[in-house]
Amino acid sequence: MSIELKNVGKKFGDGVAVNNVSFTVNEGELVALLGPSGGGKTTVLRMIAGLEVPTTGDIFIRGARVNDLSVQQRNIGFVFQNYALFKNMNVFKNIAFGLKIKKWKSKDIKERVAEMLKLFGLEGLERRYAHQLSGGQRQRVAIARALAPKPNVLLLDEPFGAVDAKIRQELREWLVTLHHELNVTTIFVTHDQEEAMEVSSRIVIFSRGNLEQIGKPREVYEEPANEFVARFIGVMNVLELEVFNGVASLQELQFPSHGVPDGQKVRIGFRPYAVQISSDLAAYKYKGILRRTYFLGVMLRLELELPSGLVLRARMSKEEYAQQGLHDGREVSFQIRRYRLLASEGETLRPEQVANYDVAPHLGEGI
Amino acid sequence: MAGYVTKRPDATSKSQRGTEESPFVKWLLISLAGIFLLVFLLLPLINVFAQAFAKGWQVYISTLKDPESISAIKLTLLVAAITVPINTAFGVCAAWAIAKFEFRGKSLLITLIDLPFAVSPVVAGLIYVILFGLQGYFGEWLDDHNIKIIFAVPGIVLATLFVTFPFVARELIPVMQATGREQEEAALTLGAGGWKTFWHVTLPSVKWGLLYGIILCNARAMGEFGAVSVVSGHIAGQTNTMPLQVEKLFNGYPSSAAFVVASLLALLALVTLGMKTLLEWRQEREFKRAQAAPTPSEFDTVFVAKERFE
Repeated sequence: MSIELKNVGKKFGDGVAVNNVSFTVNEGELVALLGPSGGGKTTVLRMIAGLEVPTTGDIFIRGARVNDLSVQQRNIGFVFQNYALFKNMNVFKNIAFGLKIKKWKSKDIKERVAEMLKLFGLEGLERRYAHQLSGGQRQRVAIARALAPKPNVLLLDEPFGAVDAKIRQELREWLVTLHHELNVTTIFVTHDQEEAMEVSSRIVIFSRGNLEQIGKPREVYEEPANEFVARFIGVMNVLELEVFNGVASLQELQFPSHGVPDGQKVRIGFRPYAVQISSDLAAYKYKGILRRTYFLGVMLRLELELPSGLVLRARMSKEEYAQQGLHDGREVSFQIRRYRLLASEGETLRPEQVANYDVAPHLGEGI
Repeated sequence: MAGYVTKRPDATSKSQRGTEESPFVKWLLISLAGIFLLVFLLLPLINVFAQAFAKGWQVYISTLKDPESISAIKLTLLVAAITVPINTAFGVCAAWAIAKFEFRGKSLLITLIDLPFAVSPVVAGLIYVILFGLQGYFGEWLDDHNIKIIFAVPGIVLATLFVTFPFVARELIPVMQATGREQEEAALTLGAGGWKTFWHVTLPSVKWGLLYGIILCNARAMGEFGAVSVVSGHIAGQTNTMPLQVEKLFNGYPSSAAFVVASLLALLALVTLGMKTLLEWRQEREFKRAQAAPTPSEFDTVFVAKERFE
């Protein structure tokens, strides 16, 4: 493995920024550190780089403990949120900086910089200064500068934070292509869950300094470890219910919950796509009224109101909606095909409780 | 698009006309300011040079060739040559600490840097007399070891150091705060050590502010009178700087000699002003060039980048 954190913690004065975090990143992987701002993800990135010193725990890069190594000795490439290009140097000198520091021969420097310029589509801009570049170009210069000295690891802090929304999509795809091409171990920080899902091979989710879950995009979506992850990644209906005779129920809704003692409160979560709706009132056991429909393209988002007043979110394709002849205000029957017991923050559930409960077979792809 | 762009200046110039004062008031204010500058600044300056050359070139040159004058000029240059580098180094350190780090007592340090601005130079001089004078705290010990500070060159240097301390730090703090730490951290991640980071990244980004501070510091170091007057002892040919020499000559018999030395001091001030203006002009030009530089469209460049990959 390329990077390993063992029980790493960081305190700033009395405040805990990162609390006892452990995870590993494999060689050549592209991993996202995801979480709301103030979650500790940037601090973790800066600790890996050596820009912050961990209060507790150990950090390993390629098997060697780097806690006592300075930033300069760690051989990492770091891309700052606002790129931090050297304002007094042109593009060429920016990219060459790390090579000059490492005392490369000037012929080798020229070759390497030319190679980076070509790779990053920056040819012809060598003599420009940072203020003469567009946001996207600045970002590419920053990444080229970080990669030129051939670092072991590439670390990016909110790489798409400073470019406008339209260009982000392009840059995401570009980063994936770049990573595919260079295959350098990459960790990037983001607060945008969509960005993390789309770009990374695995996601590490932080909240308030704690590591909430680590997994592939599909895993954290399908099997969120707790309520925080469930709500942060995508949309989820979350209900709090009481268990009686092994079944958690809230008014008309019932969810079999194995191994949970009577009288205990549990949280049940299910994705909108797990709510199966039919215009045939006899089809499923629950009844409700379609309150509102939102058009999101191919998929529609529906709001379903139960007789008790509870409102659930559901999803359906445009074709199915038309086929069933649905419209706002129509009474429908529905079932919940898959749900999970969710741990609230700080709580842990036994593995058999955490598994997904599939009510109906033949579950489609989750979106 | 083009139509919109060309229309805008018209709109703004019209609104400017609406808020502008009448030509009469405008010219009245301008001529008042002009007359004030002429009477209180320009005429005295011209007078200094006129008086200095009143008896012709020969007298001017021979006055400057006087050993006392030469000694005063040498001492002034020596003091500036010692104090300006020291205060530049201290100023850079202080500004660095204040702009880049959070620590306890930071606001106290900022206040301390401003102290020489607030304290009268005479008081600054007296502080050193109290500390190092014969009757002072360290006076006896210094006398025993045969070290002379007060009424000697070291005292003059100390007093000048005190008075000129804030100039470089004051100029640098806002500039350093504005640049932040990210560029330096970027240099560190690229393998640069502290010194290389300072030399290649920090210093170039504050160079204009630094030069400006040095120029002001130098002007004050050469022109300081009050603090130096208290500690110098006014020994002609030994501890008289140029400002002190001017006073001495003016109080003595040949008063045109005072103007000769004064004209030299004034010339130094003019050169300083000229350098300052040149710096500001160059800085502005660099800024304008930065703004005028074309910024290519975001979209073109990203598509270019993608094509190169495929």
